[in-house]
Amino acid sequence: MSLAETIQHSGTGQEADFRPRFLSAYQHMLLARVLEEKLGALYRAGGRIVGGVYVGKGQEAYSAALGVQLQKGKDIYGPLIRDQAGRIAYGEPILDAVRTYLGALTGPMRGRDGNIHRGRPQEGLMAMISHLGSMLSVVAGALFARRLAGRLGDAIGATSIGDGGTSTGSFHEAMNMAAVEKLPIIVSVANNQFAYSTPNNRQFACENLVDRAAGYGVEGVTVDATDLGACLEVFQQAAKRARAGGGPQMIVGRLLRLAGHGEHDDASYIPDTAKKGLGARDCLAVAEQRLLDDGWLNAAEVKEMYAEARRKVDQAVSKVSKEPLPDPFKENWQALSSADLVEGQHEA
Amino acid sequence: MSITYLEAIREAQYEALRHDPAVFLYGQDISTFGGAFKATKNLDKEFPGRVFDAPISEDAMVGMAIGAAVEGARPIVEMQFADFSSVGFNQIVNQAATLYWRTNTPCPITIRLPSGGTAGSGPFHSQSMEAIYAHYPGLVIVTPATVEDAYWMLLDSVAIDDPVIYCEHKFLYYHLKADQIGGRELPIGKARIARPGRHATIVTYSAMVHEALRAAEELQLDGYQIEVVDLRSVKPMDTDTILASVARTGRLLALGEAFPWGGVTAEIVSRVASEAFHLLDAPPMRLNSKDTPIPYHPNLWKAHRPTVSTIAAALRRLLRY
Repeated sequence: MSLAETIQHSGTGQEADFRPRFLSAYQHMLLARVLEEKLGALYRAGGRIVGGVYVGKGQEAYSAALGVQLQKGKDIYGPLIRDQAGRIAYGEPILDAVRTYLGALTGPMRGRDGNIHRGRPQEGLMAMISHLGSMLSVVAGALFARRLAGRLGDAIGATSIGDGGTSTGSFHEAMNMAAVEKLPIIVSVANNQFAYSTPNNRQFACENLVDRAAGYGVEGVTVDATDLGACLEVFQQAAKRARAGGGPQMIVGRLLRLAGHGEHDDASYIPDTAKKGLGARDCLAVAEQRLLDDGWLNAAEVKEMYAEARRKVDQAVSKVSKEPLPDPFKENWQALSSADLVEGQHEA
Repeated sequence: MSITYLEAIREAQYEALRHDPAVFLYGQDISTFGGAFKATKNLDKEFPGRVFDAPISEDAMVGMAIGAAVEGARPIVEMQFADFSSVGFNQIVNQAATLYWRTNTPCPITIRLPSGGTAGSGPFHSQSMEAIYAHYPGLVIVTPATVEDAYWMLLDSVAIDDPVIYCEHKFLYYHLKADQIGGRELPIGKARIARPGRHATIVTYSAMVHEALRAAEELQLDGYQIEVVDLRSVKPMDTDTILASVARTGRLLALGEAFPWGGVTAEIVSRVASEAFHLLDAPPMRLNSKDTPIPYHPNLWKAHRPTVSTIAAALRRLLRY
């Protein structure tokens, strides 16, 4: 495949496993959408969720299509803010999301961090920090260590970034380093046209972000990220190349963020022209239409899938609502794992 | 046969690589070239495939080490100069320092910072960064002042399951020698009485320990016995040893080479003032560098950092009170 080739046609469905992969990814997307709608509702209702809710509406296809390429327990995933669908596809239970948003002690972050800042690094799911671009080198380092220890095999890593995140020095340093080390990593760039409120023309000056792939000496592909079939094909090929020793794979997905930066943001800065553009298609609706058109599902089955997703989400929220919250008096206020190196409290 | 402070750092890395296959080294020019200061000289030959040249990307270097640590490795990252760790600052304080607390995942990385001033090094190759990193929860900051500590504290740093900022002083690299490296005497977190005394206490660390000892010699000619406490690690800070020393002497001079605003010396004074005010016979004093960037020319550089004569003058003021 040539550098920066653009794939904008939908998946042909020639591969035998295309249909089950499409269906599976669709279910992950749907569950992510339903879960995030619920989290948004809880946030707006007030009281239960503090801080904010950050949704991936419009990016589910792109995120899930990467997630389904990864094998939990083998591959390493460093998701970012709009990757609920990818997380589900990777195998993160939705309980982790709900527990982290509600701050439950039972969750992976135990109330110490919230919302999308969650993960289980020792199980291959990195917990993003807020500083954009900084997870790429961490995923690369995990792969590097495995290779050094002789136990990398054909495992790969994957991480996500947005158009704004590509402007950071951290992203550039890590991209270059991953390329120098020829690490098997997929770097998924979601160009959703706005970094918070900043449009592409104030973010970068190149024609297409994928042009940068050539500069790093890595493979680069652009995809219409509203088209689940196309995303599945692109990420499947990228994963195949990475597993085969092809080094970093940069994928740039074109889409539009169909929500605010967070649920607190009405995104009134997104102009109508963008909302009418091609990237503004809702990937979930597009995937659904394809399922119906191709006769893979009927309307009743789709409806039942939504109902099933809502049941799962409601169950999770209901379960977590009864779970213990962190208690400042029981909290272990120590930032080091080496208890003998923790300083006594000196009130100055 | 003697061994320098710099050679001790190399020997410790040799021993760490020999002892634990999970250890690897990552830094600029450290492989075949052996590092800007030769702290990794020949290690690439002795441990092929364990010593890696990094691109000039301090952020990615630290991020990479963190990811490797998650997978069970124990990387040692060499910053070419402590000053450049500012480029990796975010990964150090936000990623490495929070990882365990956020996710229960240990982060056993050691970041070596060639620190402190030498004549002619100027504003960007002379900095002391320990206070900056000590400010953040989740990091251990060590500042060895002796050849033995350079060796043992580096090995200890690699063995610790938390991120350690290892501040090695460039001024000591070649000048400081020991006949041999003796056994490990103190763990990280314990300060050392470098010189016992009873009239005043200097609490200091890193290269300033040696300036303090010289100033103490000078004061001895006037009949004063100055106690010098070498902190060894600035975080954790061995407050008990500091307070015990002040209890003996009643007078405190907190001495450091770093910039004067806040920092380690302010922390020392604050702890002593709040916990041992009743032990003090004089207001606690601080002596640091001047509050300007670190100058290039030796005439200016020597006057910018504390010296034997400015330390001795400060002690005399302290003793006169």
